[in-house]
Amino acid sequence: MSENAVIELRKVGKWYNSYHALRDVSLTIRKGEKVVVCGPSGSGKSTMIRCINRLEAHQTGHIIVNGTELTDDVKAIEKIRKQVGMVFQNFNLFPHLTVLQNLTLAPIWVRGMAKSEIEEIAMMYLRRVRIPDQAHKFPGQLSGGQQQRVAIARALCMRPEIMLFDEPTSALDPEMVKEVLDVMIELADEGMTMVCVTHEMGFARSVADSIIFMAEGTIIESGSPAQFFENPKSERTRQFLGQILEH
Amino acid sequence: MSKDSTPHSTAALAASFEEEPSQASVTSLPGGVTALKPFGWAKNNLFNTKLNTVLTLLCCAILWFAVPPMVNWLVVNAVWLGTSDECRAAAGACWSIIVVKHRLIFFGTYPFDEQWRPFLACALFVAMLGVSGVRAFWRPWLAGAWALVLVAMGVLMWGGVFGLTHVPNDKWGGLPITLMLSVFAITLAFPLSILLALGRQSSLPAIRSLCVGFIELMRGVPLVSVLFMASVMFPLFLPEGVTIDKLLRALAGLTLFTAAYLAEAVRGGLQAIPKGQYEAADALSLSYWQKTTLIILPQALRMVIPPIVNQFISCFKDTSLVTIVGLYDLLTAATVATTDPEWRPFFAEVYVFAGLMFWIFCFSMSRYSQWLERMANRYNRR
Repeated sequence: MSENAVIELRKVGKWYNSYHALRDVSLTIRKGEKVVVCGPSGSGKSTMIRCINRLEAHQTGHIIVNGTELTDDVKAIEKIRKQVGMVFQNFNLFPHLTVLQNLTLAPIWVRGMAKSEIEEIAMMYLRRVRIPDQAHKFPGQLSGGQQQRVAIARALCMRPEIMLFDEPTSALDPEMVKEVLDVMIELADEGMTMVCVTHEMGFARSVADSIIFMAEGTIIESGSPAQFFENPKSERTRQFLGQILEH
Repeated sequence: MSKDSTPHSTAALAASFEEEPSQASVTSLPGGVTALKPFGWAKNNLFNTKLNTVLTLLCCAILWFAVPPMVNWLVVNAVWLGTSDECRAAAGACWSIIVVKHRLIFFGTYPFDEQWRPFLACALFVAMLGVSGVRAFWRPWLAGAWALVLVAMGVLMWGGVFGLTHVPNDKWGGLPITLMLSVFAITLAFPLSILLALGRQSSLPAIRSLCVGFIELMRGVPLVSVLFMASVMFPLFLPEGVTIDKLLRALAGLTLFTAAYLAEAVRGGLQAIPKGQYEAADALSLSYWQKTTLIILPQALRMVIPPIVNQFISCFKDTSLVTIVGLYDLLTAATVATTDPEWRPFFAEVYVFAGLMFWIFCFSMSRYSQWLERMANRYNRR
């Protein structure tokens, strides 16, 4: 394992029945690094990110997160999930709990924190994502952008070392994309290790340390934003960039 | 619905009346004159088309022919406190039989002089059920109160202490049997059904097939035969000398049967939970039981309150089947009350009364479930 790598994928393979979703994906992410994963739909980018906290199980190869290898071992999975926060495309907030309860549930039950203590921390995070006044509402009463910011705060309340974002702005109305990206940029500035599947190329250009381009279950190309946007190596990447930057 | 629309079915008619009574009931006539409300409403909703006019007249005719004889029988010509001879002479219902036989109907073969005990037990039980339904009382002390009430009920029903004569439970009958059997069966079946529904979704094949097998077996067999099995066959499997009380066996049969049906209702709720909820809980490192009890079940159960209460009501009524294993529930006790030769002709009145008793409890459950549903789904409101 290379020096200060927090996530390492080595020749990871995954199949859905006969469909080969990931083909020998290898990847190293250093502490504090911000990685943006992009690629056409069905390229395996969501599958890859979901393998990192075992929402999907890989079948071949190795995934090592913070020195712990992901296997069928429940203890290892639990340990890794405590260190890895995740934000979903569809927010996946718990609709029957208030915003504050959404934030405090896991810290109370998983980390065993005192309710008063975590509520204070939760309010701090809600202020940071700029919705402290919504703490006692139910998720269904919030806009999409607000819900996604709650989801980010919920993940942060577990004090993760790594944050995974699975297309966090894809389900949002255009006018709400910015408020979520702003929160993500702040998080990046604070030095959080981030892996982000997104099509927001502006975000990728300004925030990412490296950009990974995937297609057909493999990593086609990876490099710095400058190199990726100005001087892509493969024809497939040029084609993709041409399609999404055209408009 | 705008006021000039033409509802054709009675359902649409009712809907228009319920949703927008202000619009439907006020008709503005030319010149700004507003017609009388009921008249305008009837013209708009009951006589607005030829078909509706015919249907309205037809309904009125049916009511005209059915209601007066019914009221005559039930109330006008009824005998309330007379003798059986007066009843025979009268053209209406003989409610005297209820007055005379109510102790037998309510308490069956429980010793006559001791019947204040089951009465008190039932009153306590119903009061406690009422208290448990109020949200403000959902506190830890409620469990303690229930324990006390159950002990008190046991003491009242069985006796044998505090100078109360002992009454073995094969002497119990009527309302206490119906109430206790149904409430205990429901209370025990509900958690069991949740486990069955979860087990049916388990990734462990042994657990899954066990749950599927149990549910399908219970659903494939009539309750009557389940009760028979519990009552007749089950003791055969027990070691020599060990006996389990008849009431308890019927309770077990009823519980298992209800649990199987409830489990399918609960499963419906589990399947309606989006995959994202499981994933979010997993990503937060919640354990299986934390995920299930904190995230999945609270949402799933709220969704299936109507079918669950449906099953509760069904279970309540099913208690009347325990008569086939020789238990005296409310309906059986009522039937026994009609066997007195002096009052034999008036069985209809007894069954109407027994039906009314069942209806009161079932209707209460139904109303309560509507409130529960509204309260439980507050979070869905925007």
